[in-house]
Amino acid sequence: MRLALTAREAGLMSCHVCGQLARHAGGAHLRCPRCHAPLHLRKPASISTTWALIVASAILFVPANLLPMMTTSSLLGTQRDTLMSGVVFLWQSGSWPLAAVVFFASVVVPLLKILALAWLTASVQRRSRRRLMQRARLYRLVEFVGRWSMLDIYVITLLVALVNFRGIATIEAGPAAIAFGAVVVLTMFAAMSFDPRLIWDPLAGPDDLARHD
Amino acid sequence: MSLTLPAQTLACHECDLLQTEPALAPGQTARCVRCGAFLARNPPDSLDRTLALTLTAAILYVIANAWPLVGLEMQGRRVEVTLIGAVQALWSEGMTPVAALVFGTALLFPLLELAMILVVLIPLRLGRVSPRMAPFFRLVRSVQPWGMVEVFLLGMLVSLVKLSHMATVLLGPAFWAMAALILTVTLAGRAFDTRLLWQAPPAGAGA
Repeated sequence: MRLALTAREAGLMSCHVCGQLARHAGGAHLRCPRCHAPLHLRKPASISTTWALIVASAILFVPANLLPMMTTSSLLGTQRDTLMSGVVFLWQSGSWPLAAVVFFASVVVPLLKILALAWLTASVQRRSRRRLMQRARLYRLVEFVGRWSMLDIYVITLLVALVNFRGIATIEAGPAAIAFGAVVVLTMFAAMSFDPRLIWDPLAGPDDLARHD
Repeated sequence: MSLTLPAQTLACHECDLLQTEPALAPGQTARCVRCGAFLARNPPDSLDRTLALTLTAAILYVIANAWPLVGLEMQGRRVEVTLIGAVQALWSEGMTPVAALVFGTALLFPLLELAMILVVLIPLRLGRVSPRMAPFFRLVRSVQPWGMVEVFLLGMLVSLVKLSHMATVLLGPAFWAMAALILTVTLAGRAFDTRLLWQAPPAGAGA
């Protein structure tokens, strides 16, 4: 007999906005008695929504890396930069700490998010009971670190606005910027649609997950 | 609706474990006993400090948006950009989805967050708690992850380093206002005890 009891086992659900506990009375569209937010035992359709968003961001990550991110036109000619060539440029011009920051924010973070969320969702689907704590920590990391991949979008925005010297030098944003922005937004939505409580649910015994999914 | 549970029972929002919320001394933080998720904090003098910091942030937000952020000087010509100006440059170039994303994350959502926090906290400070505030606080919660001013500031530094070898880089007043804005918003977030919102109306003022 375990001493620990989850809200669901106790027939309760907690409001995701204010934390109020309410009885899980079988109704489909319950609202929090305290703050009136919609109540769910678990986030609705968490696994399928997360999968859809992960797949979409993985697909868009390809054009985000292959297409040009920006085009620099100057007296010296025209130069097209992809995400990686921008990092290489920073590295070669001697500012390697910044090259590392940009590489981390635009390549490592989106990849880590896609892979980590895929692993989390797959393990939750298998009702795995292993490495619970590591997975809980990984989810927290993914949620925390995700916003930083927006970095390159802001860099492009400022470069386009600042380097606007007609006849001397101009910078234009490329199609990769749209794909990359979409990757950032979709991975953020994917992290939000994943319900970390599903990681711990298998401990509660053979309750069927599909019913609440 | 509510059950006969001890008043301080709560469920961890990350692993759903029921547990009693320990009495927190000022400055203490409660974490879930099973998964370690953040549950609650008891910051000293929460309401007044949060309100003061959020009002400061609102002023800094105005400065950060009204003045130029950064500028560039090249062969006697000077270009200065404001936040909205940078968004417009992208927009007019046909990069409308990206421009909209920058507008939302760097400008609109941080503004909404500040405004909604004030809408909720000022009546609370005046001792007028009404259930009608709840939707505003829900809006704060849904908008919060999308405000990314601190990432924007780092993006500004990266782009300035990229440009520093081809032109003279100038930092505008809004740059410093934005740096201070990030600091005050972070401190306001740390000072805020969200439990204040859902407790019974406070008899007197403060935490």
